[in-house]
Amino acid sequence: MSGIMKFTGTVLKNLIHKPVTENYPQAEREYPERTRGKVSIDISQCVFCTLCAKKCPTGAITVDRAAQTWTIDPFGCIQCRCCVDHCPRKCLSMEQHYTSPSEEKTVETYTKQTTEEKQEEKEHA
Amino acid sequence: MSVRSIVPFGPQHPVLPEPIHLDLVLEDEKVVEAVPSIGFVHRGLEKLVEKKDYQQYVYVAERICGICSFMHGMGYCEAVEHVMNVEIPPRAKYLRTIWCEMSRIHSHLLWLGLLADAFGFESLFMQSWRLREKILDMFEVSTGGRVIFSVNMIGGQRRDMDAQMLSMFSKVLDDMERELREISKTFLNDYAVQSRLKDVGFLTKEQAHELGAVGPFMRASGIALDSRKLGYAAYPDIDFEPITSQVGDSYARCDVRIREIFQSFDIIRQAIAKIPEGEVAVPVKGMPSGEHFMRVEQPRGEAIYYVKGNGTKFLDRVRVRTPTFANLPGMLETLKGCQLADVPILILTIDPCISCTER
Repeated sequence: MSGIMKFTGTVLKNLIHKPVTENYPQAEREYPERTRGKVSIDISQCVFCTLCAKKCPTGAITVDRAAQTWTIDPFGCIQCRCCVDHCPRKCLSMEQHYTSPSEEKTVETYTKQTTEEKQEEKEHA
Repeated sequence: MSVRSIVPFGPQHPVLPEPIHLDLVLEDEKVVEAVPSIGFVHRGLEKLVEKKDYQQYVYVAERICGICSFMHGMGYCEAVEHVMNVEIPPRAKYLRTIWCEMSRIHSHLLWLGLLADAFGFESLFMQSWRLREKILDMFEVSTGGRVIFSVNMIGGQRRDMDAQMLSMFSKVLDDMERELREISKTFLNDYAVQSRLKDVGFLTKEQAHELGAVGPFMRASGIALDSRKLGYAAYPDIDFEPITSQVGDSYARCDVRIREIFQSFDIIRQAIAKIPEGEVAVPVKGMPSGEHFMRVEQPRGEAIYYVKGNGTKFLDRVRVRTPTFANLPGMLETLKGCQLADVPILILTIDPCISCTER
């Protein structure tokens, strides 16, 4: 029978080989540089141009120029990196870790401090 | 006198990753006829073109399928680029070719694993998927995503691969080729595997032609047709011939797919050697007006994209014909006359992707 024992070589190699899987989550996974996990913002640089909200394919981003807030629905975001590529101030960036799982759908709102608020903070300190 | 009975198969079945329902008309254990019904995972993605503008729709298009997501995105982009008369830079064409062939390797390895799983060869299944993991890692390094890549856009690619990355990939591919050669011996020569695949589920050349089969399913029946020969992306510069088999049974389909993986290694190597320097995208101005019919060769066969624009940012119509839809009539033909125990494997040999069929 020529057709038997064809898998033996692979099996033997497997026996002496170390596991190909990682011991997740005990061993932290290393992400490549380009991994798209979640969008984060440096709100102090934001000029509220609303370009990210316009380009977002799922409409997960809302920008309120009057209230100086930038809001993202992390569960509506599809991590396409469109907003990051189009941001003129480069204040948006892509984190490599994904949004943590949650029992309810939450939104993340960032508010830009006005100059008076900054002043107040300084005085406090 | 044999007794006729009807056995429902699916939509939930261990061998099916996706829902399709078949009513199998049996005579004792022999299948006389199979009546399919689909419609369990319709998502209305074509309708979404009314809500998303033509550039945003790229991200919808690549979500049609989780395996050939790159090629769905690319097929849509190429169709819109034809409508808008956009010529993408040569480097972008080569990048598309490389990512396309990586998708093909990924899809065929996934299929080989599923096939091994279907006939109960668990360790062979794991070996196939172990190899596939390397391709997924390569995708993550180059695009940032493992399943949904988001690198296509109208007018080119959003990401580039530098020389260092390409040389690393070609090294990984060399390793993979060696390991796949080892595993393919089991797939092609093992007695247990042959007993499940050989002389089962014949589809003749004439039947494949009449029933409009596509892809490896058709090529395993002896028809040498490959849409890559139509010359999209960088395929006109690449030297390759469609891979065929004259036999037309399940074993031939497995054989064709394995040889296609080796061919894809070769195509990627050619593309890495020939890739020109330059830009990866051109700016696109204006709105699409007109229509185009685009045919691309996906791992499962030929997919068709029809795009019609009306001069506004919303397209009038996008229509996708996926390879699985074209292969269903051929699959029903192969089921006729087979044993009930062979049905799962025969369904698997067309590499069904029901979710992209229904969109």
